[in-house]
Amino acid sequence: MRLRILLLAAVACAISVPPLPGAAAETAKPVKIGMITTLSGAGAALGIDIRDGFKLAVDSQGGKLGGVPVELTVVDDGQDVEAAKQIATRMLKQDDVDVITGIVWSNLAMAVVPTVTRAGKVYVSANAGPSALAGKGCHENYFNVAYQNDNQHEAMGQYVTDRGFRRVYLLAPNYPEVDYAAEIANLRAAKPDAVFFFLPGGMGVNFVKQYAQAGLAREIPLFGPGFSFDEDILKATGDAALGVANTSQWAWDLDNPANAAFVAAFRQAYGRTPTLYASQGYDAAQLIGSAIKAVNGHVGDTDAFRAALRRADFASVRGPFRFGPNQHPIQNIYVREVVRSGDLITNRLAGTVFTDHQDAYAAECRMER
Amino acid sequence: MRRRSVVLAAGLALLLAVPPLAAIAGEPFAVTLASRVLIYALAAASLDFIVGYGGMVSFGHAAFLGLGAYTVGIVASHAFDGTAVPLLPFAWHGTDSALIQWPLAMLISALFALVIGALSLRTAGVYFIMITLAFAQMLYHLFLTLPTYGGQDGLNLWRRSEIPGLDLADDVSFYYLTLALLIISLLILKRLVHSRFGMVLRAGKQNEPRLQALGIPTVRYKLLAFVIAGAFGGLAGALTVNHTEFVGPGLLHWTRSGELLVIVILGGLGSLYGSVVGAAVLLILEEVIAGWTEHWMIVLGPFLVLVVLFARRGLYGWLAGREAEGD
Amino acid sequence: MTAQLVFEQTLNGLQQGVMLFLMAAGLTLVFGIMHLINLAHGSLYMVGAYAAATVIAVTGNFALAVAGAVVAAGLTGMVVELLALRRLYGRDHLDQVLATFGVILFFNELVKILWGAQALFMAPPAWLAGSVPILPGAAPYPAYRLFIIAVGLVVALGLRQLIVGTRLGMLIRAGATHRDMVGALGVNIDRLFTLVFALGAALAGLAGAMAGPLLAIEVGMGETILILTFVVIIIGGIGSVRGALVGALLVGVVDTYGRAFLPLALRTLLPPAAADGLGASISGIAIYVLMAGVLIWRPRGLFQAYGG
Repeated sequence: MRLRILLLAAVACAISVPPLPGAAAETAKPVKIGMITTLSGAGAALGIDIRDGFKLAVDSQGGKLGGVPVELTVVDDGQDVEAAKQIATRMLKQDDVDVITGIVWSNLAMAVVPTVTRAGKVYVSANAGPSALAGKGCHENYFNVAYQNDNQHEAMGQYVTDRGFRRVYLLAPNYPEVDYAAEIANLRAAKPDAVFFFLPGGMGVNFVKQYAQAGLAREIPLFGPGFSFDEDILKATGDAALGVANTSQWAWDLDNPANAAFVAAFRQAYGRTPTLYASQGYDAAQLIGSAIKAVNGHVGDTDAFRAALRRADFASVRGPFRFGPNQHPIQNIYVREVVRSGDLITNRLAGTVFTDHQDAYAAECRMER
Repeated sequence: MRRRSVVLAAGLALLLAVPPLAAIAGEPFAVTLASRVLIYALAAASLDFIVGYGGMVSFGHAAFLGLGAYTVGIVASHAFDGTAVPLLPFAWHGTDSALIQWPLAMLISALFALVIGALSLRTAGVYFIMITLAFAQMLYHLFLTLPTYGGQDGLNLWRRSEIPGLDLADDVSFYYLTLALLIISLLILKRLVHSRFGMVLRAGKQNEPRLQALGIPTVRYKLLAFVIAGAFGGLAGALTVNHTEFVGPGLLHWTRSGELLVIVILGGLGSLYGSVVGAAVLLILEEVIAGWTEHWMIVLGPFLVLVVLFARRGLYGWLAGREAEGD
Repeated sequence: MTAQLVFEQTLNGLQQGVMLFLMAAGLTLVFGIMHLINLAHGSLYMVGAYAAATVIAVTGNFALAVAGAVVAAGLTGMVVELLALRRLYGRDHLDQVLATFGVILFFNELVKILWGAQALFMAPPAWLAGSVPILPGAAPYPAYRLFIIAVGLVVALGLRQLIVGTRLGMLIRAGATHRDMVGALGVNIDRLFTLVFALGAALAGLAGAMAGPLLAIEVGMGETILILTFVVIIIGGIGSVRGALVGALLVGVVDTYGRAFLPLALRTLLPPAAADGLGASISGIAIYVLMAGVLIWRPRGLFQAYGG
């Protein structure tokens, strides 16, 4: 059958973690996990860290999660919605995966997640947390282990208010742009007390650099969400980001045993300090592992698998963590500060803004079955 | 039997056999891929109609694909939300019916083709290429930035279009419907090519000044052809949004227009049926080579250059022999 | 809205326009003389940006990086011309579009293999990293952007000198209008074509290097600017370097004004979020509307140099 051969050959650029031979329990059938994430383009660093964090968890357990072998297929979506949708369709119809995870961007998640949940499979978000999926569009097959998108911004709003800033200029993209000359000039003319911006990935790097080039870094303090000042971003912005406060549900110097082990293992495996994304990828794997263990590998028993996921019975690297009724995190949000440490520009934990914080959409969620 | 008839009959038999073969092979995804091939074949055939027969090298055909898809997506989203479609003189809450959605998609695409064509046909040659490209990019930007219908995020199609007696959510039904529409469209386009209208169109490609000297308003003929191509592009768009259950601005991106041109040339310029061969080869090659290496573009790029330089007749011409040129 | 803001946004528009001019000049020359529509012009821009980022990572010297970009893009252009594109002169435009589309796919993938899929970032040289006061009372303006404007103007003057004042320029002008005659007079047309192509490629490489410190250096960056460049040369008139300059500055200023002032203007009528959304939509298509307007008025652009 020629077509069949063609299609068998067509399993896209996959990085497979093969199950270890001989280690099979009686539940031997490996759990298939599909990861759709961004590995190319300006946003590649984000997907790479989610993948590496996730793989670290799998590798450190000898290719297993929760004691059961895992077949992980990672496919690059190129930050393209249609590509992501096609990859998801293929994973569901052809590869017959049990769980899908990994999408970085909310617009991609909005297109892909309903496809997955309606096919009766579980989606675990390791980053994107659009409000539509946290509120009215929540689904029993959809879990977000990272955050609801508003979390970091809510915390920053609180923090900026606490610090006494009154006139704050907000900048967020309508669509991808790379040059902010026009926006920065407008911003300066508005003479705000502070600037808060939300520009994910490479857009944030450009903005921070151009903000410094325009001489504004010394004049108007800059605030942003944690991912805009993550370790990968700081490598590119250099000094331009020094002193900026940013909010995050995780920090590499957060003091708990799970985190200490994670940061050390990540540094050893990849030779760099993990980012927020890496922590989320790692926690996604830990969460999935905890549920696989609870159902003894029988992830096909979706009710039991979901119930186990809901319990979130794992030691999160961010410390206290549990799911709210909409299966989004209830967690602390911290503030970090960009500092120079030796030759490196890095983040230092500076305080806690919210404790046991839940998103604003949970009340709107009537869990769909 | 003539070679061309054999090739066409074999091709049709193969297309009809895809779903049962996929079922036997236990590869249901093959039907999804094959549907995609048919949809792209339809879009490419409508482009071939103006490029291959009318000599209008449109580099913005993805615009019509996108407009058709967005028309269905928008109408369906209003039906899903129960909200009224804006900018209408009457209150209409959209619909899920394909019998309304799809002709509407063709109509909207045709209307835009009328405007874009009327402006672009003021020019010719390289200007025409770049202007059609620029208009398509303008629509791309419009959908990218307009927040009402998803902007950069695009629109989910929550329910596939409805046709009484057919379940389009079923991949096999959807495949056969797409196949039927493709065949009907190809036959219509073929008839047009061989009609008096088509003769003027083809003659215009050879020697436009002579026709004008004969008092034939060639621009009007070309514009009509452009509009027809736009309408069939819109139909392909309506099918695409049902196929992926999603429409985003990426569908209008200029690289998509480029892909359509590639399919036309690969299949054979001015052959219509060649579009099916071109689409099948490009999309299946993409699947296969992408399985071997993630860097498949490094193969495709030089391959395209070679096709242009050395294999101008296209695959259909190679399959069907000399007779294909009478098509 | 103050006069200072308008002034600053005008500079931003000029800076964007100058970048577009560096791209458009090469594209329009290649078209004017070889009648070749080259989609891969954006790839040369990308090659320039990557080359610059690589050289600066090794040497830390910005001037070397720019030189490296110009040389790398120029040589790449020459090789592509010799291997593939010269076979396309005289072929119809459809063939040229497809073949150069293939060249784009090839270069995008090649760059991915050589440099990886992740975006690169490049810092401006230290002496241009800050901002300088230009008008009393106005906000200081980023020095690097002023530098780009200066480079663009120098290149524009240099090109003019080249075209009007040198033998090569004379051949270029003659080639654009009477190609066969130039060949018949014994000029080595092949060499002239390769030279012109390399010149256009080098300018694209220069643009790529200049863009490096402002943008993310990534695969696909060439296509973004390519489409804008097309709009520029359609407005300016294909084949005309003067048209390219006027078109580029026009597009740069219209685009920047749209992005800067439309949302502000709409805010007086609409709530801020709606104003920003609509403003972004309209400003996003403003240059295409400009192009359509120019075409209705003058179907062959503002400064027509070539007949069809």
